[in-house]
Amino acid sequence: MSAPRPYTLVAEITYRCPLRCLYCSNPLTFHAWRDELSTEQWCRTFSEAAELGVVQLHFSGGEPVVRKDLCTLIRHARACDLYTNLITGGTLLNEENLKQFRDCGLDHIQLSVQDTDRDTADLVAGVHAYEKKLAVAHLITQVGFPLTLNVVLHRLNIERVPAIIDLAAELGAQRLELANAQYYAWALENRRALMPSREQYDQAEAIARAARQRYQGTMEVVFVKVDYFSDEPKACSGGWARNYMCITPTGEVLPCQAAHAIPNLRFPSVREESLIAIWQHSPGLNAFRGDSWMRQPCQSCPRKTVDFGGCRCQAFLLTGDAAATDPVCRFSPHHEVVLHAAAATSPEHGPLVYRDPRNSERFMASA
Amino acid sequence: MLFTSLMSLLACSRPCGDSEGRVVADTPQTWRPRLVPKARLRWDAVEKRHMVIFPEAALLLNETAAEILKLCNGERTVEQVVDTLAQTFTATARAQIEEEVIELLARLRARGLLEV
Repeated sequence: MSAPRPYTLVAEITYRCPLRCLYCSNPLTFHAWRDELSTEQWCRTFSEAAELGVVQLHFSGGEPVVRKDLCTLIRHARACDLYTNLITGGTLLNEENLKQFRDCGLDHIQLSVQDTDRDTADLVAGVHAYEKKLAVAHLITQVGFPLTLNVVLHRLNIERVPAIIDLAAELGAQRLELANAQYYAWALENRRALMPSREQYDQAEAIARAARQRYQGTMEVVFVKVDYFSDEPKACSGGWARNYMCITPTGEVLPCQAAHAIPNLRFPSVREESLIAIWQHSPGLNAFRGDSWMRQPCQSCPRKTVDFGGCRCQAFLLTGDAAATDPVCRFSPHHEVVLHAAAATSPEHGPLVYRDPRNSERFMASA
Repeated sequence: MLFTSLMSLLACSRPCGDSEGRVVADTPQTWRPRLVPKARLRWDAVEKRHMVIFPEAALLLNETAAEILKLCNGERTVEQVVDTLAQTFTATARAQIEEEVIELLARLRARGLLEV
Protein backbone atom coordinates (compact mmCIF):
# COMPACT_ATOMS: atom_id res chain seq x y z
CA MET A 1 0.00 0.00 0.00
CA SER A 2 1.28 3.41 -0.96
CA ALA A 3 2.02 5.99 1.74
CA PRO A 4 -0.48 8.86 1.99
CA ARG A 5 0.34 12.25 0.55
CA PRO A 6 2.02 14.63 3.02
CA TYR A 7 0.97 18.29 2.97
CA THR A 8 3.06 19.76 5.76
CA LEU A 9 6.75 19.68 6.63
CA VAL A 10 8.04 21.18 9.84
CA ALA A 11 11.78 21.64 9.33
CA GLU A 12 13.53 21.93 12.70
CA ILE A 13 16.68 23.35 11.16
CA THR A 14 18.44 23.76 14.51
CA TYR A 15 17.89 23.18 18.22
CA ARG A 16 20.01 26.20 19.10
CA CYS A 17 17.84 28.90 20.67
CA PRO A 18 18.34 32.06 22.75
CA LEU A 19 15.14 31.37 24.70
CA ARG A 20 14.49 28.77 27.42
CA CYS A 21 10.73 28.31 27.33
CA LEU A 22 9.21 26.02 29.91
CA TYR A 23 6.84 24.38 27.44
CA CYS A 24 9.24 23.68 24.58
CA SER A 25 8.52 20.61 22.44
CA ASN A 26 12.19 19.96 21.62
CA PRO A 27 13.64 16.77 23.11
CA LEU A 28 14.93 16.97 26.68
CA THR A 29 18.23 15.73 25.22
CA PHE A 30 18.21 18.35 22.41
CA HIS A 31 21.81 19.30 23.13
CA ALA A 32 22.89 16.00 21.57
CA TRP A 33 21.49 17.09 18.21
CA ARG A 34 24.27 19.46 17.22
CA ASP A 35 25.51 17.94 13.96
CA GLU A 36 23.08 19.91 11.83
CA LEU A 37 22.22 19.22 8.20
CA SER A 38 24.04 21.36 5.65
CA THR A 39 22.39 23.94 3.40
CA GLU A 40 22.59 21.56 0.50
CA GLN A 41 21.06 18.69 2.46
CA TRP A 42 18.10 20.84 3.49
CA CYS A 43 17.58 22.15 -0.04
CA ARG A 44 17.57 18.66 -1.47
CA THR A 45 15.07 17.64 1.21
CA PHE A 46 12.76 20.53 0.32
CA SER A 47 12.82 19.54 -3.35
CA GLU A 48 11.94 15.97 -2.41
CA ALA A 49 9.20 17.17 -0.08
CA ALA A 50 7.65 19.19 -2.90
CA GLU A 51 7.82 16.13 -5.14
CA LEU A 52 5.95 14.12 -2.48
CA GLY A 53 3.20 16.73 -2.45
CA VAL A 54 4.17 18.88 0.53
CA VAL A 55 2.63 22.34 0.23
CA GLN A 56 3.40 23.99 3.57
CA LEU A 57 6.94 24.34 4.87
CA HIS A 58 7.51 25.64 8.37
CA PHE A 59 11.01 26.75 9.35
CA SER A 60 11.26 25.90 13.01
CA GLY A 61 13.68 24.80 15.68
CA GLY A 62 15.01 25.92 18.26
CA GLU A 63 15.31 29.34 16.71
CA PRO A 64 15.58 29.04 12.91
CA VAL A 65 16.94 32.58 12.52
CA VAL A 66 20.13 31.32 14.18
CA ARG A 67 21.00 29.63 10.87
CA LYS A 68 23.10 31.91 8.68
CA ASP A 69 21.87 30.15 5.55
CA LEU A 70 18.19 30.83 6.20
CA CYS A 71 17.89 33.15 3.18
CA THR A 72 19.22 30.43 0.91
CA LEU A 73 16.83 27.89 2.40
CA ILE A 74 13.86 30.25 1.95
CA ARG A 75 14.82 31.03 -1.64
CA HIS A 76 15.08 27.36 -2.49
CA ALA A 77 11.79 26.48 -0.80
CA ARG A 78 10.06 29.29 -2.66
CA ALA A 79 11.50 28.04 -5.94
CA CYS A 80 9.90 24.66 -5.14
CA ASP A 81 6.54 26.52 -4.87
CA LEU A 82 6.21 25.72 -1.18
CA TYR A 83 4.32 28.11 1.10
CA THR A 84 6.93 29.19 3.62
CA ASN A 85 6.31 30.09 7.24
CA LEU A 86 8.95 31.17 9.76
CA ILE A 87 8.17 30.01 13.30
CA THR A 88 10.27 32.26 15.47
CA GLY A 89 10.76 33.66 18.98
CA GLY A 90 11.60 36.92 17.25
CA THR A 91 14.53 38.04 19.38
CA LEU A 92 17.06 37.69 16.55
CA LEU A 93 14.95 39.56 13.98
CA ASN A 94 15.60 43.12 12.85
CA GLU A 95 14.54 45.30 9.96
CA GLU A 96 17.50 44.26 7.83
CA ASN A 97 17.07 40.50 8.01
CA LEU A 98 13.29 40.79 7.76
CA LYS A 99 13.68 42.62 4.46
CA GLN A 100 16.16 40.00 3.28
CA PHE A 101 13.71 37.21 4.13
CA ARG A 102 10.95 39.09 2.33
CA ASP A 103 13.13 39.50 -0.75
CA CYS A 104 13.94 35.77 -0.69
CA GLY A 105 10.23 35.01 -0.85
CA LEU A 106 9.23 34.18 2.73
CA ASP A 107 5.42 34.14 2.79
CA HIS A 108 4.50 34.38 6.42
CA ILE A 109 5.86 34.73 9.97
CA GLN A 110 4.60 33.14 13.17
CA LEU A 111 5.88 34.95 16.24
CA SER A 112 5.71 33.59 19.76
CA VAL A 113 4.67 35.82 22.61
CA GLN A 114 4.55 34.33 26.06
CA ASP A 115 2.14 36.72 27.83
CA THR A 116 0.93 40.31 28.00
CA ASP A 117 2.43 40.63 31.46
CA ARG A 118 6.13 41.35 31.02
CA ASP A 119 7.35 39.66 34.19
CA THR A 120 5.46 36.43 33.60
CA ALA A 121 6.41 36.46 29.91
CA ASP A 122 10.07 36.64 30.84
CA LEU A 123 9.61 34.06 33.59
CA VAL A 124 8.19 31.58 31.08
CA ALA A 125 10.76 32.31 28.36
CA GLY A 126 13.54 32.23 30.91
CA VAL A 127 15.14 35.39 29.48
CA HIS A 128 14.21 39.07 29.13
CA ALA A 129 12.55 38.98 25.72
CA TYR A 130 9.18 40.66 26.10
CA GLU A 131 9.98 44.17 24.91
CA LYS A 132 12.10 42.96 22.03
CA LYS A 133 9.29 40.67 20.85
CA LEU A 134 6.77 43.49 20.80
CA ALA A 135 9.15 45.72 18.85
CA VAL A 136 9.77 42.88 16.39
CA ALA A 137 6.04 42.29 15.97
CA HIS A 138 5.71 45.87 14.72
CA LEU A 139 8.65 45.43 12.35
CA ILE A 140 7.16 42.23 10.95
CA THR A 141 3.95 43.93 9.91
CA GLN A 142 5.73 47.09 8.74
CA VAL A 143 7.96 45.08 6.43
CA GLY A 144 4.72 43.63 5.05
CA PHE A 145 4.51 40.07 6.34
CA PRO A 146 1.25 38.51 7.35
CA LEU A 147 1.64 37.73 11.03
CA THR A 148 0.40 34.91 13.19
CA LEU A 149 0.85 35.40 16.88
CA ASN A 150 1.36 32.15 18.76
CA VAL A 151 0.70 32.30 22.49
CA VAL A 152 1.11 29.08 24.41
CA LEU A 153 -1.52 29.00 27.14
CA HIS A 154 -1.03 27.54 30.59
CA ARG A 155 -1.96 28.34 34.15
CA LEU A 156 0.47 31.24 34.41
CA ASN A 157 -1.18 33.26 31.59
CA ILE A 158 -4.57 31.71 30.90
CA GLU A 159 -6.48 34.37 32.81
CA ARG A 160 -5.11 37.05 30.49
CA VAL A 161 -6.66 35.58 27.34
CA PRO A 162 -8.78 38.75 26.78
CA ALA A 163 -5.67 40.95 26.96
CA ILE A 164 -3.79 38.53 24.69
CA ILE A 165 -6.56 38.76 22.09
CA ASP A 166 -6.49 42.55 22.31
CA LEU A 167 -2.72 42.55 21.86
CA ALA A 168 -2.93 40.36 18.77
CA ALA A 169 -5.54 42.68 17.25
CA GLU A 170 -3.47 45.77 18.07
CA LEU A 171 -0.41 44.23 16.48
CA GLY A 172 -2.35 43.62 13.28
CA ALA A 173 -2.02 39.86 13.49
CA GLN A 174 -4.07 38.08 10.84
CA ARG A 175 -4.14 34.99 12.97
CA LEU A 176 -3.90 34.29 16.68
CA GLU A 177 -3.11 30.82 17.96
CA LEU A 178 -4.17 30.37 21.54
CA ALA A 179 -2.18 27.19 21.78
CA ASN A 180 -2.77 25.40 25.03
CA ALA A 181 0.48 23.79 26.14
CA GLN A 182 0.81 20.23 24.94
CA TYR A 183 2.29 18.01 27.62
CA TYR A 184 5.34 16.45 26.04
CA ALA A 185 9.06 17.10 26.47
CA TRP A 186 9.73 20.23 28.59
CA ALA A 187 6.04 21.01 29.08
CA LEU A 188 5.61 17.56 30.58
CA GLU A 189 8.53 18.19 32.94
CA ASN A 190 6.84 21.42 34.04
CA ARG A 191 3.28 20.13 33.93
CA ARG A 192 2.46 20.77 37.59
CA ALA A 193 3.30 24.44 37.12
CA LEU A 194 1.62 24.78 33.73
CA MET A 195 -1.61 22.77 33.87
CA PRO A 196 -4.59 25.11 34.27
CA SER A 197 -7.71 24.21 36.20
CA ARG A 198 -10.77 22.95 34.37
CA GLU A 199 -12.60 26.19 35.18
CA GLN A 200 -9.78 28.33 33.81
CA TYR A 201 -9.61 26.21 30.67
CA ASP A 202 -13.36 26.26 30.00
CA GLN A 203 -13.49 30.00 30.49
CA ALA A 204 -10.57 30.55 28.11
CA GLU A 205 -12.29 28.41 25.49
CA ALA A 206 -15.51 30.41 25.83
CA ILE A 207 -13.64 33.70 25.48
CA ALA A 208 -11.80 32.38 22.42
CA ARG A 209 -15.04 31.25 20.82
CA ALA A 210 -16.61 34.68 21.27
CA ALA A 211 -13.50 36.35 19.88
CA ARG A 212 -13.51 34.08 16.85
CA GLN A 213 -16.99 35.39 16.01
CA ARG A 214 -16.15 38.99 16.75
CA TYR A 215 -12.99 39.01 14.60
CA GLN A 216 -14.26 36.84 11.80
CA GLY A 217 -12.93 38.08 8.46
CA THR A 218 -10.16 40.18 10.05
CA MET A 219 -8.30 37.96 12.49
CA GLU A 220 -8.55 34.19 12.66
CA VAL A 221 -8.67 33.09 16.30
CA VAL A 222 -7.63 29.49 16.83
CA PHE A 223 -7.95 27.68 20.14
CA VAL A 224 -5.76 24.61 20.26
CA LYS A 225 -7.22 22.32 22.85
CA VAL A 226 -5.41 20.31 25.44
CA ASP A 227 -6.85 16.86 25.35
CA TYR A 228 -6.46 16.17 29.08
CA PHE A 229 -9.83 17.92 29.47
CA SER A 230 -11.51 15.72 26.94
CA ASP A 231 -12.42 12.06 27.05
CA GLU A 232 -12.05 11.64 23.32
CA PRO A 233 -8.56 11.55 21.79
CA LYS A 234 -7.42 14.22 19.37
CA ALA A 235 -6.67 13.37 15.75
CA CYS A 236 -3.01 13.84 16.53
CA SER A 237 -1.07 15.35 13.59
CA GLY A 238 -3.97 14.28 11.38
CA GLY A 239 -2.88 10.67 11.88
CA TRP A 240 0.60 9.12 12.33
CA ALA A 241 2.76 9.85 9.27
CA ARG A 242 -0.28 10.65 7.22
CA ASN A 243 -0.33 14.31 6.13
CA TYR A 244 2.37 15.79 8.34
CA MET A 245 6.05 15.28 9.03
CA CYS A 246 8.74 16.84 11.17
CA ILE A 247 12.45 16.67 10.32
CA THR A 248 14.99 17.13 13.11
CA PRO A 249 18.24 19.11 12.82
CA THR A 250 20.12 15.89 12.01
CA GLY A 251 17.61 14.91 9.34
CA GLU A 252 15.52 12.25 11.06
CA VAL A 253 12.02 12.17 9.61
CA LEU A 254 9.46 11.96 12.40
CA PRO A 255 5.68 11.90 12.33
CA CYS A 256 5.61 14.80 14.85
CA GLN A 257 7.81 16.89 17.15
CA ALA A 258 7.33 14.53 20.11
CA ALA A 259 8.03 11.12 18.54
CA HIS A 260 11.69 11.07 19.59
CA ALA A 261 10.31 10.15 23.04
CA ILE A 262 9.18 6.70 21.89
CA PRO A 263 12.02 4.16 22.21
CA ASN A 264 12.75 1.29 19.79
CA LEU A 265 11.49 3.10 16.72
CA ARG A 266 13.90 3.59 13.84
CA PHE A 267 13.60 6.92 12.04
CA PRO A 268 16.10 7.07 9.18
CA SER A 269 17.68 10.41 8.41
CA VAL A 270 17.74 12.19 5.03
CA ARG A 271 21.51 11.84 5.37
CA GLU A 272 21.07 8.10 4.73
CA GLU A 273 18.26 7.97 2.17
CA SER A 274 16.06 10.24 0.11
CA LEU A 275 12.97 11.69 1.73
CA ILE A 276 10.91 9.96 -0.95
CA ALA A 277 12.21 6.54 0.14
CA ILE A 278 11.92 7.40 3.82
CA TRP A 279 8.32 8.57 3.58
CA GLN A 280 7.43 5.28 1.93
CA HIS A 281 9.59 2.74 3.80
CA SER A 282 10.76 4.13 7.15
CA PRO A 283 10.10 1.56 9.89
CA GLY A 284 9.28 4.33 12.36
CA LEU A 285 6.83 6.06 10.03
CA ASN A 286 5.16 2.76 9.19
CA ALA A 287 4.95 1.58 12.81
CA PHE A 288 1.60 3.27 13.46
CA ARG A 289 0.32 4.13 9.99
CA GLY A 290 -3.21 3.07 9.20
CA ASP A 291 -4.98 0.92 11.78
CA SER A 292 -3.38 -2.51 11.58
CA TRP A 293 -1.37 -1.77 14.77
CA MET A 294 -4.51 -1.05 16.81
CA ARG A 295 -5.57 -3.38 19.58
CA GLN A 296 -8.98 -3.33 21.18
CA PRO A 297 -10.98 -1.29 21.89
CA CYS A 298 -9.45 0.94 19.19
CA GLN A 299 -9.63 -1.59 16.37
CA SER A 300 -13.45 -1.85 16.56
CA CYS A 301 -14.05 1.78 17.47
CA PRO A 302 -16.20 3.84 15.08
CA ARG A 303 -14.06 6.91 15.91
CA LYS A 304 -10.85 5.36 14.59
CA THR A 305 -11.30 7.08 11.24
CA VAL A 306 -11.87 10.39 13.04
CA ASP A 307 -9.10 10.40 15.64
CA PHE A 308 -6.79 7.84 13.96
CA GLY A 309 -6.27 6.26 17.38
CA GLY A 310 -5.21 9.47 19.11
CA CYS A 311 -1.64 10.14 20.20
CA ARG A 312 1.05 7.43 20.32
CA CYS A 313 3.56 9.64 22.08
CA GLN A 314 1.06 10.36 24.81
CA ALA A 315 0.18 6.67 25.11
CA PHE A 316 3.87 5.91 25.60
CA LEU A 317 4.58 8.81 27.99
CA LEU A 318 1.62 8.07 30.23
CA THR A 319 1.31 4.27 30.01
CA GLY A 320 4.73 3.03 28.85
CA ASP A 321 3.21 1.43 25.75
CA ALA A 322 3.12 3.33 22.46
CA ALA A 323 0.49 0.96 21.04
CA ALA A 324 -1.89 1.35 23.97
CA THR A 325 -5.18 3.17 23.74
CA ASP A 326 -4.55 6.90 24.16
CA PRO A 327 -5.24 7.38 27.89
CA VAL A 328 -7.30 10.48 27.09
CA CYS A 329 -9.93 8.08 25.78
CA ARG A 330 -12.60 7.20 28.30
CA PHE A 331 -12.29 3.57 27.21
CA SER A 332 -8.60 3.41 28.09
CA PRO A 333 -7.85 1.30 31.19
CA HIS A 334 -5.33 4.06 32.02
CA HIS A 335 -7.78 6.96 31.75
CA GLU A 336 -7.34 7.63 35.50
CA VAL A 337 -3.80 8.84 34.80
CA VAL A 338 -5.14 11.70 32.70
CA LEU A 339 -7.91 12.55 35.14
CA HIS A 340 -5.37 12.66 37.94
CA ALA A 341 -2.92 14.81 35.96
CA ALA A 342 -5.66 17.24 34.92
CA ALA A 343 -6.65 17.67 38.54
CA ALA A 344 -3.10 17.96 39.88
CA THR A 345 -2.89 21.72 39.63
CA SER A 346 -1.81 23.95 42.44
CA PRO A 347 -1.67 27.72 42.83
CA GLU A 348 2.01 27.40 43.73
CA HIS A 349 4.40 26.40 41.05
CA GLY A 350 7.19 24.06 42.07
CA PRO A 351 10.72 24.11 40.67
CA LEU A 352 10.75 25.13 37.01
CA VAL A 353 12.91 23.22 34.53
CA TYR A 354 14.15 25.62 31.83
CA ARG A 355 14.94 24.44 28.34
CA ASP A 356 18.64 25.13 27.98
CA PRO A 357 21.87 23.27 27.19
CA ARG A 358 22.79 22.84 30.84
CA ASN A 359 19.51 21.17 31.78
CA SER A 360 19.59 19.21 28.57
CA GLU A 361 23.03 17.85 29.45
CA ARG A 362 21.62 16.70 32.80
CA PHE A 363 18.91 14.74 30.98
CA MET A 364 21.50 13.33 28.59
CA ALA A 365 23.59 12.13 31.53
CA SER A 366 20.68 10.33 33.14
CA ALA A 367 19.33 8.81 29.91
CA MET B 1 -19.94 22.62 -20.17
CA LEU B 2 -21.32 22.69 -16.69
CA PHE B 3 -20.52 25.64 -14.48
CA THR B 4 -20.25 24.79 -10.85
CA SER B 5 -17.47 26.02 -8.66
CA LEU B 6 -16.19 23.94 -5.83
CA MET B 7 -13.49 24.17 -3.29
CA SER B 8 -12.56 21.70 -0.59
CA LEU B 9 -10.55 22.59 2.44
CA LEU B 10 -7.46 20.71 3.39
CA ALA B 11 -6.27 21.27 6.89
CA CYS B 12 -2.52 21.13 6.50
CA SER B 13 -1.75 21.33 10.15
CA ARG B 14 -3.70 21.19 13.36
CA PRO B 15 -7.41 21.28 12.56
CA CYS B 16 -8.91 24.62 13.46
CA GLY B 17 -12.44 25.53 14.40
CA ASP B 18 -14.48 26.01 11.26
CA SER B 19 -15.97 29.43 10.58
CA GLU B 20 -19.21 29.76 8.70
CA GLY B 21 -19.55 32.29 5.91
CA ARG B 22 -21.21 35.52 6.85
CA VAL B 23 -23.66 37.17 4.45
CA VAL B 24 -22.08 40.33 3.08
CA ALA B 25 -24.60 43.10 2.54
CA ASP B 26 -23.02 45.31 -0.15
CA THR B 27 -23.11 45.23 -3.97
CA PRO B 28 -20.80 42.39 -5.00
CA GLN B 29 -21.02 43.26 -8.70
CA THR B 30 -18.81 46.27 -8.07
CA TRP B 31 -16.16 44.38 -6.12
CA ARG B 32 -12.70 44.28 -7.61
CA PRO B 33 -11.66 40.99 -6.04
CA ARG B 34 -8.25 39.46 -5.63
CA LEU B 35 -6.61 37.05 -3.23
CA VAL B 36 -5.15 38.67 -0.11
CA PRO B 37 -1.34 38.93 -0.03
CA LYS B 38 -0.98 36.01 2.40
CA ALA B 39 -2.71 33.64 -0.04
CA ARG B 40 -1.40 32.28 -3.31
CA LEU B 41 -2.92 30.41 -6.24
CA ARG B 42 -0.77 27.50 -7.30
CA TRP B 43 -0.97 24.48 -9.57
CA ASP B 44 -0.76 21.19 -7.71
CA ALA B 45 1.10 18.64 -9.78
CA VAL B 46 0.01 15.74 -7.57
CA GLU B 47 -3.76 16.25 -7.74
CA LYS B 48 -3.53 18.06 -11.10
CA ARG B 49 -5.74 20.82 -9.80
CA HIS B 50 -5.32 24.38 -8.72
CA MET B 51 -5.07 25.16 -5.07
CA VAL B 52 -5.11 28.30 -2.92
CA ILE B 53 -2.43 28.06 -0.23
CA PHE B 54 -2.30 30.20 2.90
CA PRO B 55 -1.21 29.73 6.52
CA GLU B 56 -1.81 26.24 7.90
CA ALA B 57 -4.20 25.14 5.16
CA ALA B 58 -4.98 24.87 1.47
CA LEU B 59 -8.11 24.91 -0.62
CA LEU B 60 -8.35 22.50 -3.54
CA LEU B 61 -10.26 24.09 -6.39
CA ASN B 62 -12.07 22.54 -9.27
CA GLU B 63 -11.53 23.95 -12.75
CA THR B 64 -14.34 26.44 -12.58
CA ALA B 65 -13.26 27.91 -9.25
CA ALA B 66 -9.74 28.18 -10.62
CA GLU B 67 -11.00 29.97 -13.76
CA ILE B 68 -12.88 32.45 -11.58
CA LEU B 69 -9.90 33.17 -9.37
CA LYS B 70 -7.50 33.55 -12.27
CA LEU B 71 -9.65 36.44 -13.47
CA CYS B 72 -9.62 38.14 -10.07
CA ASN B 73 -6.69 40.53 -10.38
CA GLY B 74 -7.96 43.37 -8.20
CA GLU B 75 -8.82 45.44 -11.28
CA ARG B 76 -11.64 43.56 -12.98
CA THR B 77 -15.02 44.02 -11.35
CA VAL B 78 -17.15 40.99 -10.55
CA GLU B 79 -19.41 42.10 -13.39
CA GLN B 80 -16.48 41.95 -15.80
CA VAL B 81 -15.42 38.55 -14.42
CA VAL B 82 -18.93 37.21 -14.97
CA ASP B 83 -19.04 38.68 -18.49
CA THR B 84 -15.79 36.89 -19.37
CA LEU B 85 -17.00 33.58 -17.95
CA ALA B 86 -20.34 33.90 -19.73
CA GLN B 87 -18.44 33.97 -23.01
CA THR B 88 -16.83 30.61 -22.18
CA PHE B 89 -19.68 28.85 -20.40
CA THR B 90 -22.25 29.58 -23.06
CA ALA B 91 -24.58 26.78 -21.96
CA THR B 92 -25.13 28.39 -18.56
CA ALA B 93 -27.38 31.37 -17.93
CA ARG B 94 -25.47 34.53 -17.00
CA ALA B 95 -27.59 34.92 -13.87
CA GLN B 96 -26.53 31.50 -12.64
CA ILE B 97 -22.87 32.19 -13.36
CA GLU B 98 -23.13 35.45 -11.45
CA GLU B 99 -24.75 33.71 -8.49
CA GLU B 100 -22.03 31.05 -8.34
CA VAL B 101 -19.21 33.57 -8.73
CA ILE B 102 -20.58 35.74 -5.94
CA GLU B 103 -21.07 32.72 -3.70
CA LEU B 104 -17.50 31.51 -4.22
CA LEU B 105 -16.05 34.97 -3.66
CA ALA B 106 -18.21 35.61 -0.59
CA ARG B 107 -17.03 32.35 0.97
CA LEU B 108 -13.40 33.21 0.28
CA ARG B 109 -13.95 36.69 1.69
CA ALA B 110 -15.54 35.30 4.86
CA ARG B 111 -12.41 33.19 5.32
CA GLY B 112 -10.24 36.27 5.04
CA LEU B 113 -8.72 35.12 1.73
CA LEU B 114 -10.17 37.68 -0.60
CA GLU B 115 -10.00 41.45 -0.68
CA VAL B 116 -12.44 43.51 -2.71
